[in-house]
Amino acid sequence: MKEKVKILDKEGIARAITRIAHEILEKNKSTEDLCLIGIRNRGVYLAERLAERIKNIEGVGVLTGALDITLYRDDLALISGQPLVRKTEIEFDINGKNLVLVDDVLFTGRTIRAALDALIDFGRPKSIQLAVLVDRGHRELPIRADYAGKNIPTSKDESVEVRLEETEGVDEVVIIAKEIK
Amino acid sequence: MTWTRKDLLGLEELNKEELELILSTAESFKEVSSREIKKVPALRGKTVVNLFYEPSTRTRVSFEVAAKRLSADVINIATETSSVKKGETLIDTGKNIEALKADIIVMRHNASGAAAMLARNLNISVVNAGDGWHEHPTQALLDIFTLKEKLGRIEGLNVSIVGDIAHSRVARSNIWGLIKLGAKVTLCAPKILIPAVIEEMGVSVTNDIDEALAKADAVNVLRMQFERDGETAFPKQLEYFKQFGITSDRLKKAKKDIIVMHPGPINRGIEMSSEVADGANSVILEQVTNGIAIRMAVLFWVSQARDKDMKNEITH
Repeated sequence: MKEKVKILDKEGIARAITRIAHEILEKNKSTEDLCLIGIRNRGVYLAERLAERIKNIEGVGVLTGALDITLYRDDLALISGQPLVRKTEIEFDINGKNLVLVDDVLFTGRTIRAALDALIDFGRPKSIQLAVLVDRGHRELPIRADYAGKNIPTSKDESVEVRLEETEGVDEVVIIAKEIK
Repeated sequence: MTWTRKDLLGLEELNKEELELILSTAESFKEVSSREIKKVPALRGKTVVNLFYEPSTRTRVSFEVAAKRLSADVINIATETSSVKKGETLIDTGKNIEALKADIIVMRHNASGAAAMLARNLNISVVNAGDGWHEHPTQALLDIFTLKEKLGRIEGLNVSIVGDIAHSRVARSNIWGLIKLGAKVTLCAPKILIPAVIEEMGVSVTNDIDEALAKADAVNVLRMQFERDGETAFPKQLEYFKQFGITSDRLKKAKKDIIVMHPGPINRGIEMSSEVADGANSVILEQVTNGIAIRMAVLFWVSQARDKDMKNEITH
């Protein structure tokens, strides 16, 4: 694996989050019934950052939750590494709410499919929207993002890594090319 | 830490990391039971067979609930009404269940080592739900999980186990698990109910209940198993209660926040007073709730390992 190119730096990520926060408010008109659900792991931190921006803009906080989709994956038996089972923490009733799912990278769409299944086990939200920091294409399911920080055309051999202050100690998005053996 | 065991036979064979993996996964699984729809699809399409050669309600029901919350299908076989009565051997029964394409057998058996023998002879997963006087790993795991939830750690805790140690698989599994995780274990029972060389496991032994309670952060009170040995081997029930029963008066001399556990079913007035069983220090019903999360975690990991075995068989 070798690093190829930095797509977003700290400022780039901050701008993208600010823009998405404005777009979410524009589309939903207010913070009423608006909740953000981050997909573990990095989506949770992005959701918290979005909530903070929304609060700065509107002066009103929004509820956030954390969703772990491991148990809903369709490839549990296929993955070579060991799955990490983490906690889902949604401490409010999602019925009738406008939910924004937040994740770092949108790729095949299978994570989002699993997240939708998981959310629907918690109730019947009024709507579910999707916000991602990076959309890298190569969808395998009919899923699209309502808000994207950056669209990055990639090849399937590349991987996109989002690194965040909270998890890796640095804010950046890089494309990594797989070395050919 | 990678979980590679298709079976869970006991805590003796597990290392600290494996124990901690089950405990931390169970924390995530506990949340599932607090939802309105208490179900996740992790074991969808899998079949779990409960094969019980001894009467059990709480363990069997707990495994059944755990499997169903993971979306597995569950079949219960009570041996009184099965071909075991016609003389079928354990391995034949197991192979027949395997031929039905079941994925996991949860077995309780009165012979020590029965689960291990079955596991050696089958490709599908075997989970030990109690084998003779040997081990009852999921009970010990749920006891340890409850302790950790209440006190935040296991390392350095003083845990006393009181009661029929000699005939208790719950005690044996608890000792293995607690010691590996760094707790200090004290056993307390009448001399006749303490196995001769038990100190070799790294535990202290006393016959004085007040001594066992004095320093304890938690006391795990075992059931007196009158159905196993007949009453003659024991002091009389009342005498036992007088000498070893956990009462409010005895707890007054212990740490104020001492945790009182019991694997159930309780013999009120023999192992402990009703006042203690229903009192503020008792976590007995929380143990039952936590048992589901622990069993979900165990079923999940053995199933993961089994799936990986199958994948390797195909690629090799």
